[in-house]
Amino acid sequence: MDNNIDFKRKINIPWLFRMALRDSRRNRSRLFLFISAIVFGIAALVAIYSFKYNVQNDINDQAATLIGADLAISGNKPVDDQLKHMLDSMGDERSQERSFASMLYFPRTNGTRLVQIRALQGGFPYYGTLETTPEAAGLTFKKGRMALVDKTLMLQFNARVGDSVKVGNLNFQIAGILNKAPGQSGVMAGIAPVVYIPMQYLEQTGLIKIGSRVNYSFYYKFNSSVNVNKLSKNLDPVLDKAGMRFETIETKKDNTGRAFGDLSRFLSLVGFVALLLGCVGVASAIHIYVKEKIASIAIMRCLGVKSSEAFLIYLIQIIGIGIIGSVSGAILGTAIQHLLPLVFKDFLPFTISVQISWMAIGQGILLGVIISILFALLPLISVRNISPLNTLRMSVDESGRRRDPLRWLVYLLILIFVIAFSYLQLDSIMGSILFTLGILIAFMILTVTAWLLMRITKAIVKGSWSYLWRQGFANLYRPNNQTIILIVSIGLSTMFICTLYFVQTLLVQQVNLSSSGNQSNMILFDIQSSQEKGVVQLTKQQGLPVLQQVPIVTMRIEQINGKTAADLTKDTTIKIQHGVFAWEYRVTFRDSLTSSEKLLDGKWIGQADPSKEIPVSVEENLSKRGNLKIGDKIVFNVQGVQMPAYVASIRKVNWGKVQTNFQVVFPKGVLEDAPQFHVLMTHVPSNKVSAAFQQLVVKTYPNVSIIDLGLILSVVDELLSKISYVIRFMSAFSIITGIVVLIASVRISKYQRIQESVLLRTLGASRKQIFTITALEYWFLGSLSALTGILIAFAGTYFLAKYSFEIPYSVNVLPALVLFLIVSLLTVIIGLLNSRGVLNKPPLEILRTNA
Amino acid sequence: MNIQWPGLVTTPAFSYLYHKKIPVDNILNISNLSKTYQSAGRTLTVLDQINFSVAAGSTNAIVGPSGSGKTTLLGLCAGLDRSTSGTVELNGINLSNLTEDQRAQVRNQHVGFIFQNFQLLPTLTALENVMVPLELRGEKNIRARALDLLDKVGLSERGHHYPLQLSGGEQQRVSLARAFSNAPRILFADEPTGNLDAETSDKVIKLIFDLNKEAGTTLVVVTHDPELAAKTQRIIRIKGGKLISDEKTINA
Repeated sequence: MDNNIDFKRKINIPWLFRMALRDSRRNRSRLFLFISAIVFGIAALVAIYSFKYNVQNDINDQAATLIGADLAISGNKPVDDQLKHMLDSMGDERSQERSFASMLYFPRTNGTRLVQIRALQGGFPYYGTLETTPEAAGLTFKKGRMALVDKTLMLQFNARVGDSVKVGNLNFQIAGILNKAPGQSGVMAGIAPVVYIPMQYLEQTGLIKIGSRVNYSFYYKFNSSVNVNKLSKNLDPVLDKAGMRFETIETKKDNTGRAFGDLSRFLSLVGFVALLLGCVGVASAIHIYVKEKIASIAIMRCLGVKSSEAFLIYLIQIIGIGIIGSVSGAILGTAIQHLLPLVFKDFLPFTISVQISWMAIGQGILLGVIISILFALLPLISVRNISPLNTLRMSVDESGRRRDPLRWLVYLLILIFVIAFSYLQLDSIMGSILFTLGILIAFMILTVTAWLLMRITKAIVKGSWSYLWRQGFANLYRPNNQTIILIVSIGLSTMFICTLYFVQTLLVQQVNLSSSGNQSNMILFDIQSSQEKGVVQLTKQQGLPVLQQVPIVTMRIEQINGKTAADLTKDTTIKIQHGVFAWEYRVTFRDSLTSSEKLLDGKWIGQADPSKEIPVSVEENLSKRGNLKIGDKIVFNVQGVQMPAYVASIRKVNWGKVQTNFQVVFPKGVLEDAPQFHVLMTHVPSNKVSAAFQQLVVKTYPNVSIIDLGLILSVVDELLSKISYVIRFMSAFSIITGIVVLIASVRISKYQRIQESVLLRTLGASRKQIFTITALEYWFLGSLSALTGILIAFAGTYFLAKYSFEIPYSVNVLPALVLFLIVSLLTVIIGLLNSRGVLNKPPLEILRTNA
Repeated sequence: MNIQWPGLVTTPAFSYLYHKKIPVDNILNISNLSKTYQSAGRTLTVLDQINFSVAAGSTNAIVGPSGSGKTTLLGLCAGLDRSTSGTVELNGINLSNLTEDQRAQVRNQHVGFIFQNFQLLPTLTALENVMVPLELRGEKNIRARALDLLDKVGLSERGHHYPLQLSGGEQQRVSLARAFSNAPRILFADEPTGNLDAETSDKVIKLIFDLNKEAGTTLVVVTHDPELAAKTQRIIRIKGGKLISDEKTINA
């Protein structure tokens, strides 16, 4: 007699695969619908990753043209003789450049605009070219009194090649249009358009004066095999001492890569949120799927399939569709990647190539499979507990079944995965925990809302209500409802859109606010002491108010409590940030605080006693960076003169206000005779007045620079809309995912609703009645989730405004209301569209096809 | 520890077998079997101290009114569920000591099932449904053997059809082919004709008994149908969770 049962029967893997394939036969399209929720998240990530890798390659390929030389050294003060000797002896080819802000005047059209003047000498750029029209102008302009003028500037002032422009005291002929300077991106060009002039004419422009913020750059090309990195390392201490920086092709690669890395990391987090949202959809769909499979699983168990085998059969199915979903996502992402250069072109200083990145595709697919398995595991582990008794009677102790303790392990795995992934993106433990926590809180608020909704509707639905309302409400809480998943996915998408919108309007509002009213909206700077009276007079002649008039002295900090920058490098325990010593401070002197300042600590002293140390006031943030307390000794270096001072007070400064604000304020009676320049602020009522006034000032005082806030405003506005375009582009993936989850959820519940709707129709319910029931249900779902999402957005915006942007909080309810209506209606429409199969077909047909 | 004390077996049903002193001749030994459920703080006794044995190769019916516990008894006998107390010994294997996965192996090796609602896997074809138990056992020549079984139930032409494409009677015949595919020592049938019309019922019943005779399988059938019960050799009656009678029929 055969009593020897082989209890350790080996799991027959090929058979499991065969069973998984067979079992999926009639469900494949549905399974794919479930998994399609992750497609868009994966697509977003693959697109961003591909883009990232391509950009990395581009940076590597184009780094040389970004910097234009093998080595670039720059600083913001003239070099001394010793250093000059060294700088002049390096390299096989050398170029020099002085750049500074100045007004540019177009005599033909009378236009003026603040630009960045670059006075160039030598053969720079050695790699790449100054892209100009005509092409030769990039080289020939250095041969005469000629200039290259930025493309947008040419357009703005309707200038033509051959026209003349005035820089300072000197006229230049426009040799060509500057299309692109090395290492410059579209956004930068908008803020400070570049004009190149030959360096030999710089002196004659008369623009290099006291207080002029000139940047001195030296470019080198090495023909022989000089190790530039080694050389620059040796140079580093010398340059550091002189307050100069250097850049090599290698460091440029790193810096550009890092700057772009931050952007791509942020964007991949946005994509990841879309993926997470999709995964929640997958988990909920699989939950229903497993419920429907209970009968099949019970039969298999009866026939001798082990619980682990049953679990594996469905796991294989999930892995299979996970792979299909991820691959589809990767394909879609690779296609979408072609759009990204269009989105980002204004932010990047180089040409972006589009290539298929197998690395990105691999990462995307791996991520997709792992995360779809993790989330599917939650409902899948219950497969192990399905009893074969279900064959004899359905719903065997279904309710009393203990929930599988393994699910806590799955929750833990998911949590670890989310933290780990966000850590890879953010590179900060704290950041990734905060990110995970934020997502968790949003999920929880929405889940609790859904749960409360079900509880409340269950409690308030009364028999006395009209049947249609009762049924519509009842659909929210009855078994196998999709309330939670729908509220979470719709709510989360709504929250995203809404928060983005709020933050964007807050930022724009903030800028608008500062330019409204009678506040200063034009700043004149680089006014020399000899010109001060004249400029004031000119302003008043034009009927414009002089709102503020401030003298500025530039200086550096030499010592803090006897410690110098050199001590800082030796002794790492000193709690002073290095930048405190390197910074060139623009300091004013006055006898009182301004309206944007508030005393935090110490005593304000407005007049210095010549026989004592100088009492200065430092700004809050500087006191933190320099670890400065009341009474601390600071030695300032005012253009070669040592000035011992002490911290008399610490101020809080509202930097948001458009006026001159200072990190360090001296009292009166010390700096009056120091070399200085002046700033004047005024309010111009219109663009026309602004243009006329600018022309007048530039004609009379060519060295005075003018910032028109209206212009800044339009630049900021443009920049913000570009940024928000990028963010909107990425969040579109979350929104699409939300819609897919919505469609999938409605489809799944459709299978369960069919029976009931058919029963209702059989009992004589009209199409209109079923239509109303369905519409009511989705209206509740859509409106409640939209409302919750918008409320979370209100709160989120508040925290962002308060802690991240530090600007006053105010939101507009009307757009939120519009969003609310759109989301609610969209939910109803999608719900009805997907249920129309039940509405339009005769009951019998549906019964037959779905039996 | 579950020790079988032969002396404790006192039911008349067991005693006549007991004298043969060859316990393996009993394919199924049930002793002191009870099943209770905890529901809302109260204990609900579904089966109360059931004792009986089933001889190898015999045909048996378990009958009783709805809610008498006969389906629960079948589930316990077939190792689909765990008893509260007492033991089930199937083909010499004490099921109480086994884990659910081990019981699954016992079912795969020794037990065949027929259900009232057929319980075919809806996504598998008729042929594949018959193949599953063989595939689980890792046997050879599976397709040919499954086709042969389908042929025996008269459905050799319909192997590629899905259960939904088959009539009730056809589905039950597929499930019969499946039940016999692993050459079980014992076949459990739960109301095998409950969902069939009279004419189809007769055909299916005839098939069950024919196949059973041919394979020498033990049959335990739970039924309401007195006609079906009368075709077996022995009728065990259950009421309120207790065994109330155990009679041999004229077929014995």
